[in-house]
Amino acid sequence: MKLELRGITKRFGSLVANDHIDLVVEPGEIHCLLGENGAGKSTLMNVIYGLLQPDEGEVLVDGKPLSCNSPSEAMAAGIGMVHQHFMLVPVFTVAENVMLGAEPVRTGGLLDLETARRRVREISEKFGFDVDPDAVVEDLPVGVQQRVEIIKALVRDARVLILDEPTAVLTPQETDELIEIMRQLKANGTSIVFITHKLREVRAVADRITVLRHGKVVGEADPSAEEAELASLMVGRAVTLAVDKQPPNVGDVVLDVDGLTVVDDRDYVVVDDVSFDVRAGEVLAIAGVQGNGQTEVTEAILGLLPKATGSVKLDGKELLGRSVRQVLRAGVGFVPEDRKVDGLVGDFSVADNLVLDLHDQPPFAAGPLFKPSAVQANAAERIAEFDIRTGSAATLAKTLSGGNQQKVVIARELSRPLRLLIAAQPTRGLDVGSIEFVHKRIIAERDKGTAVLIVSTELDEVSALADRVLVMYRGKVVGIVPGDTDRDVLGLMMAGVPPQEADKQAEEHPTLIEHADELLTKQDEDEK
Amino acid sequence: MTETATRTEPERVEPDSETVLALRRNWGPPIAYLVLGLLALLVFGIFAEGGKTATFGLSTRTDAIQLDPLAVPAKPTSIVLAVGCLLATAYAFWLTSKGRRTPLWLPIVFGILFVLSFLSWAVGGAAISLTGLLQGALALAVPFIFGALCGMVGERSGVINIAIDGQLLFGAFLSGVVASLSGNLWVGLIAAPIAGVMVAWLLAIFTIKYFVNQIIVGVVLNVLVYGVTNFLYGSLLGPEQETWNSPGKFGKLEIPLLSDIPVIGPVLFNQTIIVYVMYVVVAVVHVALFHTRWGLRVRAVGEHPEAADTAGIDVNSVRFRNVLIGGAIAGFGGAFFTLAQQGIFSKEMTAGAGFIALAAMIMGRWTPIGAVFAALLIGFADNLQSVLGIIGFPIPSELMAMTPYLLTILAVAGLVGRIRPPAANGVPYIKS
Repeated sequence: MKLELRGITKRFGSLVANDHIDLVVEPGEIHCLLGENGAGKSTLMNVIYGLLQPDEGEVLVDGKPLSCNSPSEAMAAGIGMVHQHFMLVPVFTVAENVMLGAEPVRTGGLLDLETARRRVREISEKFGFDVDPDAVVEDLPVGVQQRVEIIKALVRDARVLILDEPTAVLTPQETDELIEIMRQLKANGTSIVFITHKLREVRAVADRITVLRHGKVVGEADPSAEEAELASLMVGRAVTLAVDKQPPNVGDVVLDVDGLTVVDDRDYVVVDDVSFDVRAGEVLAIAGVQGNGQTEVTEAILGLLPKATGSVKLDGKELLGRSVRQVLRAGVGFVPEDRKVDGLVGDFSVADNLVLDLHDQPPFAAGPLFKPSAVQANAAERIAEFDIRTGSAATLAKTLSGGNQQKVVIARELSRPLRLLIAAQPTRGLDVGSIEFVHKRIIAERDKGTAVLIVSTELDEVSALADRVLVMYRGKVVGIVPGDTDRDVLGLMMAGVPPQEADKQAEEHPTLIEHADELLTKQDEDEK
Repeated sequence: MTETATRTEPERVEPDSETVLALRRNWGPPIAYLVLGLLALLVFGIFAEGGKTATFGLSTRTDAIQLDPLAVPAKPTSIVLAVGCLLATAYAFWLTSKGRRTPLWLPIVFGILFVLSFLSWAVGGAAISLTGLLQGALALAVPFIFGALCGMVGERSGVINIAIDGQLLFGAFLSGVVASLSGNLWVGLIAAPIAGVMVAWLLAIFTIKYFVNQIIVGVVLNVLVYGVTNFLYGSLLGPEQETWNSPGKFGKLEIPLLSDIPVIGPVLFNQTIIVYVMYVVVAVVHVALFHTRWGLRVRAVGEHPEAADTAGIDVNSVRFRNVLIGGAIAGFGGAFFTLAQQGIFSKEMTAGAGFIALAAMIMGRWTPIGAVFAALLIGFADNLQSVLGIIGFPIPSELMAMTPYLLTILAVAGLVGRIRPPAANGVPYIKS
């Protein structure tokens, strides 16, 4: 099936998310759509899938135009989509999720679960997915949930499969498995649109690459193109892919976590006997697949989780059991995982957001009164220092771009003297320019002698920032390794393999995704 | 090359270390059981006046099979039942110390034992009819059940319906008026769901189409229905009662054989048409919600509307339709007040039944069967206080009248286990 886009334009107010985009996906090809966060990739795919209506242009399937009105039309035309945030009902079983919207029924209108189960099993066996149709989705790890999404599309005979940032939640090994699945699908005649901002993936899997920047197609590239070349095409300028940093100047232990255990409100153990320390002037990164307890470790340190035991000491003083305010006052800076929900008050101005945790202290308060002039002065200073692109200090925080919102959060947290900086997913969803900026500020804070604790699911970020890496799996510490550890090893540890064992396995089975160049060259030599 | 060396499939490993157990233990419920159990043992048992006999009638005079009334010595019976409560309490303590949750049957068994112990004490020296007690409980529970089903159909799709009371009341009102004007009870019965749908339509249009806060619209609609019916009652139904407000009521239909079953037969199978329809509605909603395409889609919309949308389901029209279906159910239930119970419409005659229905729905964890049992429990407690008032029970009836609400608070506070509403309940679905 051939998918063709002609002059697709989509505007949100004054923002042009897609600007006259033309794209052709040939039958049986893996077409990569490469672009930064905010380049308009997801918007474009939502237009194809009928979730958003384009302002101009048309989508054609085998030469026939679609009305782009509803996902059912797109599905009927053979388009399937795996969304970045999975579209699965957590409390449903795999079979129920797969059948939703196209349910087989028996006489009398009763659901035919048996047929649904059989279809899941058929596809699961055909592609080696190993998915149990009766498992409840919320109990499955993300890698398996993703396969459920793929099954969902295949059950409806998708001939074009759109994968929106599918590797964001996977380890390198799981990414390799996904690539293998994509190849099988391709061999089966399915076309794939693969959306990503990760250069190494593109080169490993793509037949063709289209690069999107600021909502426009800025060029096509060949998979053999150099990473630096793709990067500059994507960002529009030459980018340094590594953070420039000096070896750490490590001081005394600042944060000492011992035997931290946390259960969540469903009584699952989410953090299981975790111990580590962070010293002044070093960055410790907690790596792991999303949902393995990393977030809960940071939240427990801050005092957000009531069901936590063990010990968390800052400069020898116990933090556990203290209020969030007391922890912040002790010199802990916290950049939460979801800036829109926990980092900012969207309907407050930038200026107010910059003093959210300082508003009751001088110079921003005098007795019970709030001093707007001091808040304004502070805002002007921070906006200049952190290069926050905002109309004015009175602009509402929710109207800023993701990168600028994050700058507001970081500016606020760094505006008081810190002993410990905790940053969870500090660059999630940001463009390359903002990522560089945030990374630089974090390293600068480290070099001032602050202990830094980062949580990241992105191995790129872990490798760029960490002096030491702690890998978590199912709430436990798998190991603590140096910052320059091979990414394959980290990937295996993220799947629960202990460090030494991971070393060995990584040596024996290097992944395509991390070692594309070496492996491809070796393949060529073998063929000769 | 692409094979992975290890692949560990998911399973939640549950380490049972002492630390974890300590974090998991929730002593709240067992302590509550202990307090209630000791209360039963001391007040109903040990410190109660001895030598009395509690008599429970098991048959009504017209029953085909006549059973002798059950007469028990009040004090020893109360003590035995209270000890049963304490055994259940001990089991709850043991489970909690092992870090395990108490199973659902435990509060139910405890509740039954506690109530029986109480009854044996309260009835001591007098006689009540058990059948009558249950009949009254069911009669009180009928509007709660209709209301709870109405709320459930809406909330399962993600729309909170606070206007249940208004829908019940308007159903009661319109069915009474239409039946009076037409002189035909059946026409009145058809008008009832239409009245409910009219109120529901307002709820749907404001919350789903215009995204007005669901709670606020619900409250406003209740006030609106109270206002409209009070006004019309004052200007028409009161002064010209003969024309506007004399619907009469349905007689009871006895189902042969089934109604001869001792104790429960006359309770369940000697009822008006409205109650029989209720049995059908409960069964239909249960099957539809959990075993049909419609139900799967409704639940998907209530849990994760985006997922439903991407599967080609029109989220807002599912919600709209469900709110209307709920309105029809509640409206029909409203007819019970006028066409089955009173035979006449009176001001604000629902007396907040719609709100109790909401509590019954939550207590029943958003399932039809659960809601039925919760509604029956509340109805039972409600009826008990009036029955006890008649036999001269010493505790003031105003205090006893609080029991259904106390029960509701205890249940909703988690004594029946953690309650998990539909994830997208109350969240409007706005497409960008």
